[in-house]
Amino acid sequence: MAVLRPAGEFDTSYARDMATIRRGWQWLLLFAFLLGLYALPAYASQSTVALVNRIGITIIAVQGLSILTGFSGQISLGQAAFMTTGGYISALLVNELGWPFLFALPAAGLGAGLVGLLFGLPSLRVKGFYLVMATLAAQFIIPWFTRNAFPSLLNGAQGLNVQVPVLFGLEFNTPQRYLYLTLSVLILTTIAAYNLSRSRLGRAMIAIRDNDLAAEVLGINLFRYKLQAFFLAAVYAGLAGSLAAHQLRHINSETFNLTDSILFMGMLVIGGLGSNLGPIFGSIVVEMIIEAATVLGPVLAAFLPAGAVGGVQALRPLFFGTALMLFLIFEPRGLAYRWTLIKAAWRLRPFSY
Amino acid sequence: MNWQLLPQFLASGLLAGGPIALMALGLVLIFKSSYIFNFAQGQLLLIGALITWWFAVEAGLPLWLAILLALAISAMLGLAIERLALRPMTGQPLLSIILMTLGLSQALQGLALLLFGGSQRNFPQIFSAANPYRLTLPLTYQGNPMVIILKQNLVWSFVVAILGVLIIGGFFRYTRMGLAMRGASEDHELAQSIGLRIHRIFGLSWALAAVVATTGGVLLATSSGLDLSLSIIVLAAFPAVLLGGLESIPGTIVGGLLIGLSQGVVAASRVQMVRNAAEIMPYVVLLLVLLIRPEGLFGQKRIERI
Repeated sequence: MAVLRPAGEFDTSYARDMATIRRGWQWLLLFAFLLGLYALPAYASQSTVALVNRIGITIIAVQGLSILTGFSGQISLGQAAFMTTGGYISALLVNELGWPFLFALPAAGLGAGLVGLLFGLPSLRVKGFYLVMATLAAQFIIPWFTRNAFPSLLNGAQGLNVQVPVLFGLEFNTPQRYLYLTLSVLILTTIAAYNLSRSRLGRAMIAIRDNDLAAEVLGINLFRYKLQAFFLAAVYAGLAGSLAAHQLRHINSETFNLTDSILFMGMLVIGGLGSNLGPIFGSIVVEMIIEAATVLGPVLAAFLPAGAVGGVQALRPLFFGTALMLFLIFEPRGLAYRWTLIKAAWRLRPFSY
Repeated sequence: MNWQLLPQFLASGLLAGGPIALMALGLVLIFKSSYIFNFAQGQLLLIGALITWWFAVEAGLPLWLAILLALAISAMLGLAIERLALRPMTGQPLLSIILMTLGLSQALQGLALLLFGGSQRNFPQIFSAANPYRLTLPLTYQGNPMVIILKQNLVWSFVVAILGVLIIGGFFRYTRMGLAMRGASEDHELAQSIGLRIHRIFGLSWALAAVVATTGGVLLATSSGLDLSLSIIVLAAFPAVLLGGLESIPGTIVGGLLIGLSQGVVAASRVQMVRNAAEIMPYVVLLLVLLIRPEGLFGQKRIERI
């Protein structure tokens, strides 16, 4: 969808041409929306705040996957493994070395990014589902490593207890307080993702996604840009993993598992590939679907042989899988595309095209 | 290395490779005809085993009848999946197809849990568990003769798995339908233009894959019991497929056995950490394959053009 603007609105300066948010009222709406989010603890219940927290952390992980899969076209099923890496790194830095959380969080991102580089190396030789397999290998090898390597440090399968993060003397020990942390990181990652997609790096990634051989002929260094994509995706995952681990206050090899990796991939597709709104839409919708399963499970339990707990566990993958399949058949370009269509229709009203 | 027990571990690993080869066969079947990599194969296996269990235990039918009914139902399930889920995906990019089978795997896993519950069940024993086969090797280690003890059900699972691979291999090589499937995988449009009904071919390959999966499910359930975690066995079959080569039927046997063997070798170690590596061994092998020879041992190397 090309840029559709109302008649008579022109860009009069380069700065305006470059702007992501074009008009005063859009800034106003954005700030009102963010203010509403930050003020959430004042009017929403604790469970709602916890849900928003979880969605926020998920969005960060999916944004990373969006850079890798949505923009660079490299399919990955290893995002949860890099979250595990980030979670462990920041837990160890805070617990063992006594680092402040402010430094442990970016360090977790960086460390996960380096591990991501390592598992991105096969992408230079293989693509398509061969690459899916390579990232799947990350999804098995990294949790295995946390279970078996350095038992005195990583504490085997039991995992680590993680401290409550303290920033500027403030303890983030309740979901309400943690929300400020999640939202702040989320805003930074969103700004970074938005700007990345229109930078030289982002355009090179899109070229690689659309046709990697053609991109290479054009002089785009596949080696460099693919690895950068893997690095950035893993950095996002590391940040998300660190945030999640400090919120749960515990991490082990199963905290983020293969199912999560599949979920992230599904969120990205349901939201829309190659779009910056996609991860946000997708994460919210899928988390809502999962929430619906959590609510419906006990209600339906009376009619199910699986029982209440089993009901929730059965409905989650069932709802998610069905939703993903329906989206792939009926709306393969995702919610973000639908959103641009709605916006375009609104702007062109009353003419349909 | 635990030399005394090494032959035992090698033999067990090799036998464990049989069901892995059967799983790999199901994956290659679908890949060969429709160029789709089926991530839901493990769930097909699980559902096949659960249906067999239901007919044999809940409905009280004799086991052979239960297996036949389950095979028929799973064939229909395979046809339905192809018609409802994969056919709309024709011509879609690879990512959509991969996600479709991933979504399918999630939905089927949920469905299995919903319909059958998550408890561990006793699967009727096909082969006697009491009398394992004993083989005494003509080798001694530090004066002790090396003995291999093989459970009957593992041995027979292995035999059935290898037979299955051979039958399907013959099907692809010697029957018109098998040749048509191979032709369809080469180029969908070309195959259609010379009069092959490719939708029927795809449907049949899914039905066959579901039948193979059910066979594997029954074999695994008799030897290791039946619960919902049965579906994760397929995660060891992915590396086997890549090792053997995605398009190769003989490759599934070789890949499956090598993966099983690699697990056996690692399990024979005396070091705790190396022993624990048995569970990720398939994926270590996989990474090596991807780095050294991405097309696998018997796969075709494809040259890309713009």
